[in-house]
Amino acid sequence: MGAGHAHALYLPGSSPVHRLPPQCKLVAVLGFVLLVVATPRERVWAFAGFALLLAAVALVARVPLATVARRVVIEVPFVAFAFLMPFFATGEKVAVLGLRLSEDGLWGAWNILAKGTLGVVASILLAATTEPRALLLGIERLRMPQLITQIATFMLRYGDVVAAELGRMKVARAARGFEARDLRATVVLARSVGALFLRSYERGERVHLAMLSRGYDGRMPLLHDVGATGAQWASAAALPLTAALVAAAAWMAP
Amino acid sequence: MTDVHVPDGFINAPVSLAAGAVAVAGVAVALRGARRELDDRTAPLAGLVAAFVFAAQMLNFPVASGTSGHLLGGALAAILVGPYTGVLCVAVVLLVQALLFADGGLTALGVNITVMGLVTVLVGYGVFRGLLRVLPRTRASVAGASFAAAVVSVPGSALVFTAIYAVGGTTEVPLGKVAAAMVGVHVLIGVGEALITAVTVSSVLAVRPDLVYGARGLVRQLELRTTPPTESASASGASA
Repeated sequence: MGAGHAHALYLPGSSPVHRLPPQCKLVAVLGFVLLVVATPRERVWAFAGFALLLAAVALVARVPLATVARRVVIEVPFVAFAFLMPFFATGEKVAVLGLRLSEDGLWGAWNILAKGTLGVVASILLAATTEPRALLLGIERLRMPQLITQIATFMLRYGDVVAAELGRMKVARAARGFEARDLRATVVLARSVGALFLRSYERGERVHLAMLSRGYDGRMPLLHDVGATGAQWASAAALPLTAALVAAAAWMAP
Repeated sequence: MTDVHVPDGFINAPVSLAAGAVAVAGVAVALRGARRELDDRTAPLAGLVAAFVFAAQMLNFPVASGTSGHLLGGALAAILVGPYTGVLCVAVVLLVQALLFADGGLTALGVNITVMGLVTVLVGYGVFRGLLRVLPRTRASVAGASFAAAVVSVPGSALVFTAIYAVGGTTEVPLGKVAAAMVGVHVLIGVGEALITAVTVSSVLAVRPDLVYGARGLVRQLELRTTPPTESASASGASA
């Protein structure tokens, strides 16, 4: 891929987590998150256990916790929803600080906060330790149709190019005194979107011709293989297996 | 506000998996359809359109005093590049957002693709084609149908999300109230989405009518007019 790709989440490194093949990490994270989601929300200690596991992964991967914390902000809209739940949910009411809150709603808010945050942190660690292109090779290894990963590759490759075009249009609009104030501004913005679509589509046509002239026949050549050994699968499995122990304990606990 | 990327733990595990199966089936159908339409152009064209949807979602537009929304783009993509490629593009955008940007939970990816990809495209494109069947064949009616498609697709996807929440939600909330609130808020957002969609479609239609998939065969194509060269014209052409 060309220069100038600012992928906010990827942190280059050579930790053991960085070196694991992408498909192993993908399976591990997916297994982990599924286990988290399936754990009963009343077992608060189990979620502390999951959080510790993720902290251990972050430590091994040398991903600074501040980086993780900054990115967790993406959850905010749903956190707001979670905070509303105790007020709207039905069921038994309990008094907290003089407010009559729904007990089920409180548990629901906790459930979303805990599971959502664990899921986001797991995804952040995956994205921070795996190159974007490697992630796509990883899902291709996991039997994702190649056409999907090709589309995703093109989207990644040209995402910044298209976004930069949008940025230049924004500068051009600002230079002409445009400011988005109310609904009428959408007409101007929509014309930019239309122009952006034409530029993107026509770029797609040119890219296709360029590919044809280089011998494209519907498949992308495999430049480096990301095959995984049994040992690599085993070390990646450490996370979901430990999480499975925690989840099993949570299910079995009285 | 419009950011409805569902995180993990919002919908329980069985329903998340079921939505995942629906999403896989939908994307498989879209994959087959897109390949039939675009042949070996599928990857670069759908990839660039996905990049376009991704970039267009960054564009914030003012909704009401102080609040702003951003485009979902399902209906827009479906009208511009067709329902199959549209589903494919939105699904890929969501996949990349979940994998690379931690936006939307991995276990909720199925829910997200179903709600924001399949539903917006199916509802949006369905409304669009249905209206065009009865409206006169003009640019204005294509724009009007795009508006209606987008304005219905956003609350439609909110309604389907509420239905999924009703089956697999992790907390009991009064569903009637939630559905009313979700649809009410999303009608407002839908108007912004619809305005952008309609103006975008009609501005593309003005320049490259061949690129608006949904209006193929409806609006007269631009044609290349040539007049046979006369003796004097070809002579002046040669000297020029």
